[in-house]
Amino acid sequence: MSLIGLAADSAVSIAQRRGNKLGRSVYSGRSRVAMERNLMAFRSSNWIIVLSGFVEPLFYLLAFGFGVGRLIGGVTDGSGHPVSYAAFIAPALLATSAMNGAIYDSTWNVFFKMHFAKLYETMLATSLGPLDVAIGEIGWALLRGFVYAIGFMLVMAPLGLIPSWWALMAIPGAVLIAFGFASFGMAITSYLKTFHQMNWINFFMLPMFLFSGTFYPLSIYPQWIQSIIQAMPLWHAIQLERAFMLGNLGWGLLVHVVYFLVMIVLGLFFTTRRLTALFMK
Amino acid sequence: MIFARGLTKVYGDFIAVDGIDFEVRKGEAFGLLGPNGAGKSTTMKMIASVSKRTGGDLTILGLDPNKRGPEIRAHLGVVPQQDNLDRELKVHENLFVYGRFFGLSRKFLKNKVEELLEFAQLTEKRNNKAEELSGGMKRRLTIARGLVNEPEILMLDEPTTGLDPQARHILWDRLFRLKEQGVTLVITTHYMDEAEQLCDRLIVMDKGKIMAEGSPADLIKRYASKEVLEVRFGSSRNIEIAEQIAHLGHRTEVLPDRILIYSDNGDADLQEILKLGLEPVTSLVRRSSLEDVFLRLTGRTLVE
Repeated sequence: MSLIGLAADSAVSIAQRRGNKLGRSVYSGRSRVAMERNLMAFRSSNWIIVLSGFVEPLFYLLAFGFGVGRLIGGVTDGSGHPVSYAAFIAPALLATSAMNGAIYDSTWNVFFKMHFAKLYETMLATSLGPLDVAIGEIGWALLRGFVYAIGFMLVMAPLGLIPSWWALMAIPGAVLIAFGFASFGMAITSYLKTFHQMNWINFFMLPMFLFSGTFYPLSIYPQWIQSIIQAMPLWHAIQLERAFMLGNLGWGLLVHVVYFLVMIVLGLFFTTRRLTALFMK
Repeated sequence: MIFARGLTKVYGDFIAVDGIDFEVRKGEAFGLLGPNGAGKSTTMKMIASVSKRTGGDLTILGLDPNKRGPEIRAHLGVVPQQDNLDRELKVHENLFVYGRFFGLSRKFLKNKVEELLEFAQLTEKRNNKAEELSGGMKRRLTIARGLVNEPEILMLDEPTTGLDPQARHILWDRLFRLKEQGVTLVITTHYMDEAEQLCDRLIVMDKGKIMAEGSPADLIKRYASKEVLEVRFGSSRNIEIAEQIAHLGHRTEVLPDRILIYSDNGDADLQEILKLGLEPVTSLVRRSSLEDVFLRLTGRTLVE
């Protein structure tokens, strides 16, 4: 057997192909291989845990949309049209679903891989760069958010909660949301060192889920509370998905899109920086 | 292959590597010998381009690791001190995925993985989870993994620490085979026998500095005598007796548990001791080793 690589498609020639490109010391254009690794590990993982993240918002939809909803009758959406209570909260739960999927992977799983499995250290000993690792891991988390969102849509359709074709826009919307949460979630996780600190993420997520205009319009709050909530990512996610699902499109939605784009860029930047500081000091 | 001049690494106000010069040539087995904390692992990390140097020059295959990290790492195989196999994956998946990290094609890896499983004597364990392997097997898998990109240089950080004697010998055999294939080996160790077995040339490091450089035989010739006589009189009497026998050999060294007498004829010196009416609890005549070189250079033993 030959041990020293001479072939045209050797690891060296592959790395050299990017040798002159910008950012060659942090990125080798191969973030997909991190996702491949996750797919391989995922095949043998516990499906119940994966399923639970999807089922949670679904239970909320059934309990509140069709249970509590009967007592309420109807509400008006952001544009003043009357809608059923289930139709009002369904887009919010869709957004939550995308968020949950992205957050599960980009926080606890990333924390484990970073501190116990030493996976990133291993990856960075190869010709991968920290940006490859960041994009690959965030991409994987995003994928989970995306799958949760699709699953949720498939449940909504037969329940009569998808009124128009515009609702399909909620799928790219969910990708954007999942990308933003995955990116930001991994960046924050990369700075945390203990389980104790990790619990703060959960502590923050629950109230954000309950109070971001998920179950009732924001207008019931005094102005100062409204301002705080409007700074939260889930509120933007819900506004975006609700507008798509109920067909209330307008240029104002761009604000939410930009909010998530900024989240994605900041998350990638800080994750890459932190991985470099931790494993390539 | 590797060239370092005045290579320095500082963490805060701690100088881990203090301006060292060395060169590693193609096809040789180069060793970094020294106790824990000597700066061996830090040096390895700088070569592996995962740690930025604070000062000095360093090139690997003519490339600067600060600028061409991923490219250099494509040339290297890295076997870290602690096995960091992917516990969630099977044995063969560990090799496959690692190859994918280098961008190698699935087709190429299909054959390569089989070849490496055979090399690591793990073909029968291919479908086990990595965490189910024994220590020696894990280490062999880690080495096989480091070979997946057909590296020109294989970096091994303390390759046999924590392994039983049998597992060590199997591992050494595998490393010899690699050397025969022309792979350049860079090995850190604090075991003198390992350095003597594996290394063509080595540097002895202590506190971030290079104390000596040469082949194992060379270093022993330069810094130690042909033979060493070890005598034990019990910890309370060693110092007192050492004064009485100080005239023997070229040099004596008193350790807490024994006295070492460096000489050309250990048996003759032992007879002298017995003639003086001193009766050691145990005595041993042996060839000098790198351990003695290290003791001579630093006044301390390697494994403390």
